[in-house]
Amino acid sequence: MSDHESTYVPKTGIERWLDERLPIIRFGVDYATIPTPRNLNYWWTFGGILALCLVIQIVTGIVLAMHYTASADHAFDSVERIMRDVNWGWAIRYVHANGASMFFLAVYIHMARGLYYGSYKAPREMIWLLGCVIFLLMMMTAFMGYVLPWGQMSFHGAVVITNLLGAIPVVGPGILTWIQGGFAVDEPTLKRFFSLHYLLPFVIFGVVFLHLWALHQSSQNNPVGVLIPKERRKQDTLPFHPYFTVKDGFALVLFLMLFSVFVFFMPNALGHADNYIPANPLQTPPHIVPEWYLLPFYAMLRGIPDKFGGVVVMFASIGLLFALPWLDTSKVRSMRFRPAMRWFFIILLVVYFFLGWCGAHLPDEPVIPGVDGPDLFDGNLNSYLWLTRFLTAYYFGYFLVITPWMGLRETPLPVPEYVSSPVLSHDEKNG
Amino acid sequence: MAEEVVNAHAGGDEHSRRDFIHIAAGAAAVGGAALAAWPLIDQMSPAADTLALASIEFDLSKVTEGQQVVVKFRGKPLFVRYRTPKEIAEAKAADHADLKDPEPDSARVKAGHEQYLILIGSCTHLGCVPTFGAGEYGGWFCPCHGSQYDTSGRIRKGPAPKNLVVPDYTYLSATKVKVG
Ligand code: HEM
Ligand code: FES
Repeated sequence: MSDHESTYVPKTGIERWLDERLPIIRFGVDYATIPTPRNLNYWWTFGGILALCLVIQIVTGIVLAMHYTASADHAFDSVERIMRDVNWGWAIRYVHANGASMFFLAVYIHMARGLYYGSYKAPREMIWLLGCVIFLLMMMTAFMGYVLPWGQMSFHGAVVITNLLGAIPVVGPGILTWIQGGFAVDEPTLKRFFSLHYLLPFVIFGVVFLHLWALHQSSQNNPVGVLIPKERRKQDTLPFHPYFTVKDGFALVLFLMLFSVFVFFMPNALGHADNYIPANPLQTPPHIVPEWYLLPFYAMLRGIPDKFGGVVVMFASIGLLFALPWLDTSKVRSMRFRPAMRWFFIILLVVYFFLGWCGAHLPDEPVIPGVDGPDLFDGNLNSYLWLTRFLTAYYFGYFLVITPWMGLRETPLPVPEYVSSPVLSHDEKNG
Repeated sequence: MAEEVVNAHAGGDEHSRRDFIHIAAGAAAVGGAALAAWPLIDQMSPAADTLALASIEFDLSKVTEGQQVVVKFRGKPLFVRYRTPKEIAEAKAADHADLKDPEPDSARVKAGHEQYLILIGSCTHLGCVPTFGAGEYGGWFCPCHGSQYDTSGRIRKGPAPKNLVVPDYTYLSATKVKVG
């Protein structure tokens, strides 16, 4: 697709004048008519949805920043003022707060799409790597944003997460003091988090640009997973506009409907009541949890009995995503043609969901209430602690064992030669 | 023609002089950038006023037997416990128990003032504030990931690796301490 020829013909004198000096309209038009695999399904609409999410966060965030005070004494009150006194403040804040959740919902679906259809494999490794970078930046941004209202969850969440760095041997305590800007999470921490929370979304914006550049260099994947050779372009692709702008637009409207349900009918459903209590460094809430989208990682962190070990496992779980293109030995991209692998993938999704479930519960709590299971090492087998460990083992096993091994061992179904051949052969069979 | 002459002389000699200049210039640029970056990095370390706030005085007569008073010290809670004789006895008895971070009770209080236990109220796991009076060891229980501390503030169970920290403090008089 990188060698997609320009079809733009400037019509007016002004356009011709501009085209010779700054071919920006040409760039836009070429982009809009880019040949796109005709078989893309709705899982491919999440890229567009994500772009909108980023814009929504940036726009609402800039507006919030006009009223927000980044100071330990005033942050909480300034957010309450936004909610009560600022014109439309409640709506803007609820859109921003729920927008973060919607952003993660979309990114998880987008990533699962990539895993299922093998979009991380050659020649698309760079797209995937840049996506992983965006995911990391999003987690950092959301974490620092959650600290800003300076409620109980904000504060103690910041304490626990920054203390993770303190677990690093030798240099940990020094780094911790440096990050916090003092001996505890306090005013300096809040101020720098606000500064970075403002900055990082723009860094994300830049990486998204690279992500798309890489995408158009190595061409878009599709549900069948085969590359589209140049001579098949006519049969197997459609111009992005109007075909996919309309499809993306339809999905976007559905997504915005879900978004609105949260913003207008259950704006605090995804949040935590304790965050409406001003931060109190002298008292930790009885049960501290991160936002839902970070729960699986939080669970892995707690599942490991060793402080530093937990931190390593948590970061390794994300590191595996970066390594995935080189862990996968299968040449077949789409799991449509990998019936066995498909099951392992579905189990991975379930495992990931339940890891989040574990993260929301105390490790000692029994999974099946009322049943007293046998003890194993440091915990009861019928506890979220052990469930977390089993799930974590599967998560790591999927990437480190199942993925490399299945690629060598499985017999994939016959892969069609072209994007449009499944449809044609189907017709032949029936006809 | 002049260019040809220069090229003829160029050889390996000229090459290495160029390389040297490149490397020297590159090194100077990298070194300069690192020097310029340092203030931008170090500004994040605790500022002078943050460091200056570092010590407080506390009047122990405010605490009654069996009570714990919590004050803020360097942004963290400071626990001041007036221990009962029973708790002190328990703490001493546990000196020889199987401790994760072995330390005798006598090293965690000042001689002659065994009843006062002064601790930083920050769990050594990930910094939550442990609650007093819960857990199996008569001391503190951390609500975050379940670490348990005994009546000397020593870690007995759970993910925390270390005992609750005893800050540096000195007795200014029989009932007054300076912490930090
Ligand atoms: C990647 C994009 C972003 C994400 C995922 C994100 C996420 C968040 C989250 C989770 C909160 C806490 C909401 C709450 O519970 O109250 C928050 C708060 C905040 N964000 Fe963002 N944000 C993003 C972009 C921005 C940008 C670009 C700005 C400003 C320029 C901004 C400014 C603020 C402000 C001022 C607050 C505090 C007010 C409040 O708590 O509602 N955000 N953000
Ligand atoms: S912070 Fe206390 S147990 Fe984790």
